[in-house]
Amino acid sequence: MEQILLFAPLVGALICGFGWKMLGENLATYISTGMLFLTAFLSWVVFFTYHGPEAEVITLFKWVESGSLSTDWAIRIDRLTAIMLVVISTVSSLVHLYSIGYMAHDENFPKGASYRPRFFAYLSFFTFAMLMLVTSDNLLQLFFGWEGVGVASYLLIGFYYRKPSANAAAIKAFVVNRVGDFGFALGIFALFMMTDSINFSEVLDPHNAEALSQTSIQFLSWEMNALEVITFLLFVGAMGKSAQIILHTWLPDAMEGPTPVSALIHAATMVTAGVFMMSRMAPLLEYATFPPTFIVFIGATTAFFAATVGLVQNDIKRVIAYSTCSQLGYMFVAVGIGAYPVAMFHLFTHAFFKAMLFLGAGSVITAMHHEQDMRRYGGLRKKIPLTFAAMMIGTLAITGVGIPLTSIGFAGFISKDAIIESAFAAGPGVAQYGFIMLVIAALFTSFYSWRLIFMTFYGKPRGDKHAHEHAKESPLTMLIPLGVLAVGAIFSGMIWLPEFFGHHMEEWFGVATYFNHETNQVMHEAHGVPNWVKTAPFWAMLLGFVTAWYFYIKNTNAPKALAHSQRHLHAFLLNKWYFDELYDFIFIRPAKWLGHFLWKKGDGRVIDGTINGIAMGIVPWFTKLAGRAQSGYLFHYAFWMFVGMAAIITWFAIGGAH
Amino acid sequence: MDTLLSVVTFLPMLGAAVLLIFLRGDGAFEQRNAKLVALLATSLTFIVSIAIYTEFDASNPGFQLVEEYEWIAGLKYKVGIDGISILFVLLTTFLMPIVILACWGVSHRVKEYMVMFLMLETLMIAVFTALDLVLFYVVFEAGLIPMFLIVGIWGGKDRVYAAFKFFLYTLLGSVLMLIAMLVMWYDAGTTDIPTLMNHQFASEDFTLLGITVVGGLQTMLFLAFFASFAVKMPMWPVHTWLPDAHVQAPTAGSVVLAAILLKMGGYGFLRFALPMFPVGSFVMADFVMTLSVIAIIYTSLVALMQEDMKKLIAYSSVAHMGFVTMGIFALNKQGIDGAIFQMISHGFISGALFLGVGVIYDRMHTRDIDAYGGLVMRMPVYALVFMLFTMANVGLPGTSGFVGEFLTLVGAFKANTWVAFGATTGVILSAGYALWLYRRVVLGDLIKASLMTITDMNGREKLMMAPLIFFTLLLGIYPALVLDLIGPSVDALVENFDTATVALHDALPAKATH
Repeated sequence: MEQILLFAPLVGALICGFGWKMLGENLATYISTGMLFLTAFLSWVVFFTYHGPEAEVITLFKWVESGSLSTDWAIRIDRLTAIMLVVISTVSSLVHLYSIGYMAHDENFPKGASYRPRFFAYLSFFTFAMLMLVTSDNLLQLFFGWEGVGVASYLLIGFYYRKPSANAAAIKAFVVNRVGDFGFALGIFALFMMTDSINFSEVLDPHNAEALSQTSIQFLSWEMNALEVITFLLFVGAMGKSAQIILHTWLPDAMEGPTPVSALIHAATMVTAGVFMMSRMAPLLEYATFPPTFIVFIGATTAFFAATVGLVQNDIKRVIAYSTCSQLGYMFVAVGIGAYPVAMFHLFTHAFFKAMLFLGAGSVITAMHHEQDMRRYGGLRKKIPLTFAAMMIGTLAITGVGIPLTSIGFAGFISKDAIIESAFAAGPGVAQYGFIMLVIAALFTSFYSWRLIFMTFYGKPRGDKHAHEHAKESPLTMLIPLGVLAVGAIFSGMIWLPEFFGHHMEEWFGVATYFNHETNQVMHEAHGVPNWVKTAPFWAMLLGFVTAWYFYIKNTNAPKALAHSQRHLHAFLLNKWYFDELYDFIFIRPAKWLGHFLWKKGDGRVIDGTINGIAMGIVPWFTKLAGRAQSGYLFHYAFWMFVGMAAIITWFAIGGAH
Repeated sequence: MDTLLSVVTFLPMLGAAVLLIFLRGDGAFEQRNAKLVALLATSLTFIVSIAIYTEFDASNPGFQLVEEYEWIAGLKYKVGIDGISILFVLLTTFLMPIVILACWGVSHRVKEYMVMFLMLETLMIAVFTALDLVLFYVVFEAGLIPMFLIVGIWGGKDRVYAAFKFFLYTLLGSVLMLIAMLVMWYDAGTTDIPTLMNHQFASEDFTLLGITVVGGLQTMLFLAFFASFAVKMPMWPVHTWLPDAHVQAPTAGSVVLAAILLKMGGYGFLRFALPMFPVGSFVMADFVMTLSVIAIIYTSLVALMQEDMKKLIAYSSVAHMGFVTMGIFALNKQGIDGAIFQMISHGFISGALFLGVGVIYDRMHTRDIDAYGGLVMRMPVYALVFMLFTMANVGLPGTSGFVGEFLTLVGAFKANTWVAFGATTGVILSAGYALWLYRRVVLGDLIKASLMTITDMNGREKLMMAPLIFFTLLLGIYPALVLDLIGPSVDALVENFDTATVALHDALPAKATH
């Protein structure tokens, strides 16, 4: 069953990608969608039938084997995997379904062009790679999936290959991710050097982690603690994939891809791979000291940073993209403080409501004839009521609406508050910083999310009149996925609270996570935080809502006035803290300059100059040779080479006779 | 069959003889016949070489299928293969029919062209099977001649400059290697390679012109061989002949050069340097690794800025060969396994990339990146194939490119973390230059008038690519096909090496062990 679950999307991708000419476009896309629903069904079966506590491992066949390095293609099922399976396959199958409607007519392609099978093949291939990532039993297969989803993401971001901006964004995504992979790969090498294995059964053994924490490694020129180095390097990989600050720049640009791609890859699944990977590495993190602190710092800073940028963006997809970036920061705070199940909880709920927000945005964009600038929206709630309802539910979920001090609320309310409470419980220290940043970010989240709703659905139509008049609700294939995700966005928090953040947590997760109870009591203490902590995100959410309401409903001139009076800050936020400009200045241009310099001066002047100079200078004969450009002479030279060779043989032969 | 290796070695030459003796005239019909004969000879060679694979006992680390005859004047013709060389023989025989297919559009002195490739194949196979020093030297150097002529006669505008540059670079190294071989022969009294592999050359330090030579004679001999192999690899900073040679070489010549000839250096290190001069190799390992890392970073940066597609891929080849030398001189199991794997894999990938350039060069007669753009609109199959090999080139897991890169880096990390750190940046840079190339050539809108009628790959071109695609993926998913084959031989190599350098390990505890 697990094999079918895993390979069905690959089969779907191959049939769709290579067989569509035979099957016809429609049938090909239906087959790949059908394969995904099969996988989704089987994933839920696994989710409900897996009881642990041990991991089930199915070995397929061996992969890279060299000396003590031994890795297999394998399927590992444990709680972490089971959670990821349902997240991936559910969202992916719904996105496939949605795409049947969304991709039906795409103006980026000439009439009659067959782009749909390619799109579905990529989506299915992505899903396969993502499943390989989460079912891996060693770091190498994880890396396979990791890079596989990277390629799928590259292909899908650049799906509109005629657009230069899409091509640039695709390359940027791949290369920035490779920067993260650079750290990830070094982490794998270091781990292998120290433990002689990269298989989870050995690496994730707490005894191994403890032993590593007492070993030192010679890394570069320094003698350092092995575990600290390894976990830090692995986290660098996670930063790239999960778009954490410093390596986040690719994610907003990734919005160049079609909207279903943003929902699946850049919201619900691929970008959460870093969170999954670090949760998988829990036993190592439990014994490390600096990296968890660093993770909290990065996560909290990202949550804050991305939320500030989200405040002022005008492209509907970019707002949601920064929101994703910010929410991933929340998850990493949870990872860093050792509340892995809580991180997974937010990953789980976030997948539903964020995928829904993106798909909802896609529905708006379709209705508005591919207009993405919110300044040209307005008053759409009557035109597209179902989409409006879905976006409302998504917003209620992401902003964390619920009844304070109870477990009744939208999915985001439950899981986000769990993170904030855990962060407080894990303090003092960096966790306190995390707590403060996350509460502020919650305020901003609420503001930009409501801003999006108000700008899009309320007020008067501001954009193209024609587009507004003809805005109509999306077809059923797009609305059904929204409906299903809405159910998740409302209920997934309440239903699974006991498993992720309650009494059932430890038995439910089994071996999939690990706590070093001597140092990590955060999961217990999180329940005992004071009431003001528990209600803090609620008040932040309310404040954000009221501010947004004031700015975009009550006094619609206020935003402009504020932007004008604070124009430097506004420009700073609008330009995303100038990260892109900075990187262009310190990395891209120097690399190009250096490449050019090494080519022209290094290779040209120094190396060729010297070697040719010596050769041609000392032996003028060669100069003459090179001067004679008639190829006919070459046979003569070749002949002389033969003669030389014969002489050498003779010389040896005479020597041999002695 | 006792003469299997010789049969495989000389079959192509037989084809060349047939062409030289029986084919007269230069009409279209004769040209076609020349190509067919060459295709037949190379295909037959490949089919026979499969027997080598089936006869070979992978669990035996020693030399197999050994043949030994008296040659002239006391010299011996001795050939045989072990787990390391068998792969290179198979790579050669596998690629040559594809190379001949790539020549299908040539119409200038076709018969001679075919003869060159057939001669070249014989010589290349002999390089990988030779078990006698003199035989090795002869075929190693003689292999240059056909290549020199292929570039010099059938090449592009500046073909003569490129051919001479190629020749000059290799000359110095060859002379030094010859001197070293003479010394070895005086010292050991034999030119038999298996005997020499067990011979212990002196490794006591001595002083030469006031400089203490650590590792003594072994280091000197190592350096002499190194001079030759480093140029062949090519290693930084003696790599500049390669981009020029590639740019000027015809497509088929580029394929042979990148896919097979570049592997002779790496093979040489494994056959001579490590087993015969372990102390010398050990002493010089850091030096070679440093050069390798410089090569990876330097040439990747240079590749980024290239305007000529072939030059870009040529620089990329130098970077990939950097991984090979780095892996070999990590001097441990994973490093060497990875280096061999990388060489085989690079044979498929670089071969395919050069064929890919050839496909559009044949249509447009330019290699300028700027002359292209938007090919995907008219050449979807080409776009897919080129994408696959671009990804393989950047070491995507699931393709053969990944396994070699990964293993060499694992090995290098054990040996020296600085080296691994530097080399791993190559992973970022390769993604940069390869994807940027792809974007400029294949993606974007099709607006250039000259490209409006370009046609997708034809049947012959697909036929050339298909086996390369197959093996690139197969080895990426199931690398055991290669790793199991080389395993015992590499184990033996590493074991002997460790035994020979055990004293040095103790003296230099900072060096990582296996």
